[in-house]
Amino acid sequence: MHPALLLLTDSRLPAGGHAHSGGAEQAVASGAVHDLPSLSAFLRGRLHTSGRVATAFAAACCAACGAARAAPDAPPGTPPWTGLDAEADARTASPAQRAASRIQGRLLLRVARRVWPAPALDSLALAVPDPHHPVALGAAAHAAGASPGDAALAAAYHAVTGPATAAARLLGLDPVEVHRLLADLAPDLKELASLVSGPETAWAELSAHSAPALDLLAERHARAAVRLFVS
Amino acid sequence: MTADALPPADRHAMRARAFVATSLSGGRTVVSGLGSAPPLTFRQTGARTVHLVSTAAGPLGGDRLRLDLDVAPGTSLDVGSVASTLVLPGEGESHLLITARVGAGASLRFAPEPTVLAAGCAHRLTVRLALAADARVLWREEIVFGRYGERPGRCHARFDATSDGRPLLRQEHVVGDPALDTSSAIYGTARCVGTTLVTPLVTPGPACREAVVGDGVAVLPLAGPGVLVSALAPDAVALRDRLEWGEALASAPSGAG
Repeated sequence: MHPALLLLTDSRLPAGGHAHSGGAEQAVASGAVHDLPSLSAFLRGRLHTSGRVATAFAAACCAACGAARAAPDAPPGTPPWTGLDAEADARTASPAQRAASRIQGRLLLRVARRVWPAPALDSLALAVPDPHHPVALGAAAHAAGASPGDAALAAAYHAVTGPATAAARLLGLDPVEVHRLLADLAPDLKELASLVSGPETAWAELSAHSAPALDLLAERHARAAVRLFVS
Repeated sequence: MTADALPPADRHAMRARAFVATSLSGGRTVVSGLGSAPPLTFRQTGARTVHLVSTAAGPLGGDRLRLDLDVAPGTSLDVGSVASTLVLPGEGESHLLITARVGAGASLRFAPEPTVLAAGCAHRLTVRLALAADARVLWREEIVFGRYGERPGRCHARFDATSDGRPLLRQEHVVGDPALDTSSAIYGTARCVGTTLVTPLVTPGPACREAVVGDGVAVLPLAGPGVLVSALAPDAVALRDRLEWGEALASAPSGAG
């Protein structure tokens, strides 16, 4: 693991991640998540669906940056960001989730360009000013010197830590117990990062695991009169 | 497992391909190609309507089935089925591959009865849908997690739709891991999951560009030209009701909402 990964996944990175609960706030509001076991099931489900897609895209984008750098005569604008971003769009049916992903992607890209300036990040900002978060994360990981596997791990971690801390606050759960749940997910994180496919895999074939309940929660949340988290 | 979930003793794994093709003749749609192979058997039930009738149990584990739909430019086709598909266990995994091409100005309605995952089954469902830029489609898929009171077997469904060569919708649904199935992020307490992809007749107006949420159902405008109705329900009847509610909203011409 590259040390920059610690910075990229730190909730203190000023990239706005703390404003999002990844559906956890609405899951709490609906009563579906109400204690530690139900939170654990929610997190595991989130990790193996939208988290799995995020790991695939973060790794693919990180690898695409490496491939573009390996070809110095590649035209400006490569890696082919719009294609990757469109593939992420096709896997995000919920408009509320697309918006949440793009807000977080834009903020992360802005921070990463200042912390780890790199041509790949500039080309991403030019092609897609508000990329999906896993796309931005993959590019940022590459700019920071991390590998596609690292980028995948960061994406998997991001898929569960924000929702976990949001639920801990909303339900007043013991934060130590919530962190124990996260620690229990470590083997799943490792498994997902290891599933990431090689650079020869076409983007069309990347994981597309969907979470119908998360889609419903996201849209319901976007219409909620009172909410603490953006998503 | 109930006794009737067991495969017939003399039933061997099947490899079969069925197809439907349309063409334009004098400005009207004709079903110009119709090929059946057990257990996939088509009957033409209208000028532009075909139904799948089951002529063998299954699919069963080990079966490799393929269904190809080719809707020529300017034609329309309606595909249904007379009964739900009961996926049964057998030797290894069953696989159903469905490909569909919908040409320019063509329209396809694909709305078969649900796929029911019997206990012990291991099924893969792969759908590849290629739409021309102005093709219309209503594509419904319903998966029921076992018969009444039954725990489902395993299923991995992958759906890939492109519009004018660009990705429109890619989804995978995995069923059969109890720890994940009951997660409130995935299916929660639902016993069925269903989706309908609708690409409307006209460019949707503002009313169709907003997501709509009902009880267990969401109407989701995609980033590309289409709307996904996504529903969860305790039973197949409620699932169909929820999907049809969403389909009516998704299909409404602009300004009607």
